Amino acid sequence: MPATTIARAPAALPRLAFDPKWLIIGACVLVTVYLGIVPLGFLLWQSFFTPQSAAKAAEFTLGNYAQAYGSPETWVLFWNSIKFAVGTSALAFVIGTALAWMNERTNTPFKALFFALSIIPLVIPGILFTVSWILLGSPKIGLINLALQKVFATDAVFVNVYSLWGMIWVDALHYSPMAFLLMTAAFRAMDPALEESAVMSGASVPQVVRRVTLPLVWPAIFATLLILFVRAIESFEVPALLGLPVGIQVFTSAIYQAVHRYPSQIGLASAYAVTLLLITSLGVYFQSRLSSRGNKYATVTGKGFRPRSIDLGGWRYVAVAVFLLYFLFIVVLPFAVLLWSSFQRFYSVPSMEAIQRMTLDPYRTILSYPSLWRSVWNSLLLAFGCATLIMLITSVICWIVVKTKLPGRWLLDNIASLPMVFPGIVLGLAIMILYLYVPIGVYGTIWILLIAYVTRFLPYGLRYNTTSMLQIHKELEESAAMSGASWATTFRRIILPLLKPGLVAGWIYIMIVSIRELSSSILLYSPGTEVLSILIWELWENGQYVELSALGVMFIIALFVLVMLAQWVGSKFGIKET
Amino acid sequence: MLNVTGLCTEYIGEHGQTIRAAHEVSFEVPPGKLFTLLGPSGCGKTTTLRSIAGLERPRSGEISVSGEVIYSSKKNVFVPPNRRGLGMVFQSYAIWPHMTVFDNAAFPLQVSRKKLRRKEVEQRVQRVLKVVSLDDMAEREATKLSGGQQQRLALARALVMEPPLLLLDEPLSNLDAKLRERMRFELKRLQRDLGITTVYVTHDQSEALALSHSIAVMNAGRIEQIGSPREIYERPRNQFVADFIGTTNFIRGSVSEAAGGVYRIRSEVGELTVRGADPLEAGARVVVSVRPEDISLSETRPQGENVLQGTVHTKVFLGESVDFEVKVASRTLLSRAHPSLGTRVGHPIHLSLDPEKCVALKEE
Repeated sequence: MPATTIARAPAALPRLAFDPKWLIIGACVLVTVYLGIVPLGFLLWQSFFTPQSAAKAAEFTLGNYAQAYGSPETWVLFWNSIKFAVGTSALAFVIGTALAWMNERTNTPFKALFFALSIIPLVIPGILFTVSWILLGSPKIGLINLALQKVFATDAVFVNVYSLWGMIWVDALHYSPMAFLLMTAAFRAMDPALEESAVMSGASVPQVVRRVTLPLVWPAIFATLLILFVRAIESFEVPALLGLPVGIQVFTSAIYQAVHRYPSQIGLASAYAVTLLLITSLGVYFQSRLSSRGNKYATVTGKGFRPRSIDLGGWRYVAVAVFLLYFLFIVVLPFAVLLWSSFQRFYSVPSMEAIQRMTLDPYRTILSYPSLWRSVWNSLLLAFGCATLIMLITSVICWIVVKTKLPGRWLLDNIASLPMVFPGIVLGLAIMILYLYVPIGVYGTIWILLIAYVTRFLPYGLRYNTTSMLQIHKELEESAAMSGASWATTFRRIILPLLKPGLVAGWIYIMIVSIRELSSSILLYSPGTEVLSILIWELWENGQYVELSALGVMFIIALFVLVMLAQWVGSKFGIKET
Repeated sequence: MLNVTGLCTEYIGEHGQTIRAAHEVSFEVPPGKLFTLLGPSGCGKTTTLRSIAGLERPRSGEISVSGEVIYSSKKNVFVPPNRRGLGMVFQSYAIWPHMTVFDNAAFPLQVSRKKLRRKEVEQRVQRVLKVVSLDDMAEREATKLSGGQQQRLALARALVMEPPLLLLDEPLSNLDAKLRERMRFELKRLQRDLGITTVYVTHDQSEALALSHSIAVMNAGRIEQIGSPREIYERPRNQFVADFIGTTNFIRGSVSEAAGGVYRIRSEVGELTVRGADPLEAGARVVVSVRPEDISLSETRPQGENVLQGTVHTKVFLGESVDFEVKVASRTLLSRAHPSLGTRVGHPIHLSLDPEKCVALKEE
């Protein structure tokens, strides 16, 4: 190949030539800014106005804030929220990280199986999980209490989910799979040679963890804790079902009550939400500062590596026991109690008598429920659409934030993360009023739900993509440019495939949380656009517990099949990791 | 072939300060030659290479390849890297882990704006893989390759589009020593066989000496000296170059007599006759650089100029040679001798410094 037969690139283009990549980047930025800023604007606007009614137009007021922050109850509320969120995120993080570490970095037996099993809890919707823990841990009918009372022959109450600790326990268990997934991605992305070199330097396992592993996965830890904290402080089902009956109020349940009062106090709810916004903004600010130091944490280069596992010795049987116990709490018991109640005509605790009364009636009732199939279709359509849209948009946004030096990219990161500060119910409210004011024909259609879902879950797509994007060495991209690839080609053929582990994980996650979404949908659905979680909520409100259980059991099994399918697709088309 | 004129590149550092990475860098690479940018880390050699590649946007200057301007601050031209059609091998190789060997090498052809038929792509990839002896691994996953194989794959990918210019960014630095030495020969053979114009960046002076037609030694963003490996080694222009390339002895002194490029130096080890790199005046403070292999040792006093007497201080046996540290007056000079010389530590010895190989440099 003599160098003289070379086809030269065409003559230099003028600097002002339009590059089509700006079209894609511009569209993604516009969508993000619109979704991130507009609901926030409405939220702030509402917090400064009196309620609008037919008789009286909205007026400017500071009364909402005076009412919200003038009363000592607010401080109780604030303190409750912080205790609940810190407790939940810490517990979920500890559980998730320990499991992820055992799974990724040790020789615990059957770990491939455990990874598959650890995904299952993700598929149980929050409302079903909470309901099943009420059936397990309530002081009166809770199966755990009844069983322990029988064993010890007393009538003492052993566990009570209707308490702050009960709320923390249920919510932390519920969010621990998320911590597990996020930390697994972080552990996988780290070159084990870094740990091995510490071992070779004479460090013991705890020293390696403290001095090498932890500092290296620090951005992931921070991101995970941040996500968990925010999820906990804005989680709705647990505080609503467990806290409100015993008067333990947190921000979300207080907002819910403010909205559902008559006349609804949207302004007061918004004032509460602004507090949440301040708390979470701080977290996002630190997270953004962390990721701007990108290169420091680029631990994956073009060189391939093979993970290595630490020998736990006899402790690996303890690790198996921990896995089993976890699995019992998070899947087996909740699912078993739902399964049991789904075969009853009326809810009753297990007994010989009740076994004889077992029936398939709840299934028959629910399968002929008028809005069931429409809800299933709506849920699937929304979940698929919003997961795909989010992952594609955020991959571009995240590329801008992590890989470019464009001025204002930190702002973009914050804007895309803004929806994270919205409690679902307030986001639903803001979007509802926005599209009542701006009649572009989405109100009352399925599109308003899609807009709400994309807005709500955009930050999670961004986090998943950021974690992966940070790990892509910039030379992998530069070598594509040197090979003559345009930006779009580089993005499609290099960035997206390399992001695939994060993309697939994020896509699955968003798919699932969309199907479970309740707190935004509850204000935005209308007849014809119901989704599955709304159906479950209706059944709970109606007291149709056995039908709820039957639907829950089928819902969980269907989601499980869906996740298995997604996993299979991921393993078939993703990067082989071992 | 490649012309770089007055290139200045700056970038914004971590704390927002402007870092001047390359300053007034100018050089020219004739067709078919291998040109090396050599210097310690942070000297601006990689920035210069990345400016040629288009991955870094310079502040001012002009770069042209085959007479075609690819960057010029005056003419307001900046051709993006993907339109420059240059081949580049990165320090980390940047092998895409999600592709096979074949896909990695075929990528530049697949994305090229000149549409090639599948058959032709296959042929050209096979041909280039054969050149780097990877043709029997085409279907293998890229991450399953060894370091040396990944390096060769990166080279194949850079060569497959038959670029006019090949850019190599420390391509051997991630290999182990044996492999590095082998790849050094391999690279040299490939470059000479293909006759491809190449810019090579390295901090390893022996690599630079072994491979290059011409070397630019860089320091703190500037080029200190450009010349053939022999010129750089034997006639360094200043202390930095003499010190950075190879091993050398520096002897302080001042010029006592200057006549037509030959100088008498009154030095800390005695009177020396030396050559000068730059014109020097009598009385000027200088440093004389002399390589260990240009100091010959003998037990009997030899004839000629620049003969000194000292005592053996330390000896290091290296196989093909023996390094002697010899105490002369207040100084210790390093000399490389044939292993047959058996003078013991503490014994007197004569040193003879070849006047042709002693270079007087202005003291900095």
